[in-house]
Amino acid sequence: MKLLIRRALGPLALASSVATFVMGYFITPPDKVQGDLARLVYIHPAEAWVALYLSFGTATIASALYLWPRTRSMVADRVAEAAVEVATLFIGLTLLTGSIWGRPTWGVWWVWDARLTSTAVLGVLMLGYLALRRANDDPQVRAKRSAVFAILTAVNIPIIHFSVMWWKTLHQGATVFTENRDLKIHGSMAWTLLLSFLAFSLNFAWMVRARYRIADREAGQRDSDLDAALVARRTETAS
Amino acid sequence: MIRLVLLVAQKDLLIERRSRVLLWQVAPFGLMTLVLCGLAVGPTASTQARLAPGLFYIVLTLVSLLVINRTSQLESSRGTVTSIQILGMDPGSVFLGKALAMWVQLATVGSALLVGTTVLLHVSVRAAVLTLPVLLLASATLSLAGVLYGRIAASSANAGTLLPALALPAFAPVLIAGERAFSSLVVASPLARWVWLLSVALVAYASVGLLLYGALEES
Repeated sequence: MKLLIRRALGPLALASSVATFVMGYFITPPDKVQGDLARLVYIHPAEAWVALYLSFGTATIASALYLWPRTRSMVADRVAEAAVEVATLFIGLTLLTGSIWGRPTWGVWWVWDARLTSTAVLGVLMLGYLALRRANDDPQVRAKRSAVFAILTAVNIPIIHFSVMWWKTLHQGATVFTENRDLKIHGSMAWTLLLSFLAFSLNFAWMVRARYRIADREAGQRDSDLDAALVARRTETAS
Repeated sequence: MIRLVLLVAQKDLLIERRSRVLLWQVAPFGLMTLVLCGLAVGPTASTQARLAPGLFYIVLTLVSLLVINRTSQLESSRGTVTSIQILGMDPGSVFLGKALAMWVQLATVGSALLVGTTVLLHVSVRAAVLTLPVLLLASATLSLAGVLYGRIAASSANAGTLLPALALPAFAPVLIAGERAFSSLVVASPLARWVWLLSVALVAYASVGLLLYGALEES
């Protein structure tokens, strides 16, 4: 089963991405008000879902697992690192596609809207996380400090979001579910939107898995380099 | 626990009293930054007064970085952290003690900067006096967060440049809430939600610190 998931993940991610593209670009009709610009809805919300919820949620859970002594393992640390790297990429893409949508809609590339600003702040925090990892060589120190930083960021996110939301907000309201739980998107557009969420989630899983494997091999390489250096030193001392 | 908190705070404040870094380096930096802010927004008194709350909190945030860096450097000499660990002190108490010492320092510099803002940027004395409790709350939040971020960045390569990258984005809510509360006092509008936000941030940082400072000390 594991092998099947491992083998199928990449092709499934690719197939669902292609299907989203075909549905979003050729099959769904343009929006009555926004025209073709509305097709960004098949990319932007799914990117934000991966960046803000899936990736960051994974990183937070993995960090908590690392900090909990009973579940502490380098696997959790590597998963957290992989998830944050993917989160950083998707936060960048979310801001980019948001700007592309905002320019014709709001007339500017950037507005001090709550969601935009808190996403940007989260992006900078993620860069900080990656900088922190590169500033510590000892794997245990790096893992522990990064895990605390990730938890601290998770606690900070709602505070940042509410502070900026109360400060000012302009962002378009919820598209799929309003406060009254009625759908604001229908037919092929709704299905394509759902498909895009599936496609981006599969891409996220595939990317995290690939990044995890690289981190695992890097750690293995470091260990074997260290072993080789120790053997060489012992041989040198013996001779 | 309280005795231990006070002991750690007393130790940090004693070091500060002897070194006078706050008086001769941090406070002059803050006042100079305030002067530069005044120069940057132009000579119109009404513009300066309108922007004063935001400029004040920007300067306070920058000053807090210096104080955090200084506080985390106190334990940077070889073996100090290990010595503290060997003493078997409760990490939560160490965290609160360090935060208390940092709060005293930040509140002191913040009050001096508030006087500077009143004089240089033409804020009314009434608004400045009324914002003092908010300043105390904001500096307490910055202190709790500062001890955590300072410890995370400590002993890393390039800790001095790493600290702003880690802490500044997280300080955004304090900056926003402080500035909004100060502005509300200037234009006499409600400020309860900003005080509430600062209080939530304070409780959040205190809880995370009490839970996780031990893990940071181990590293």
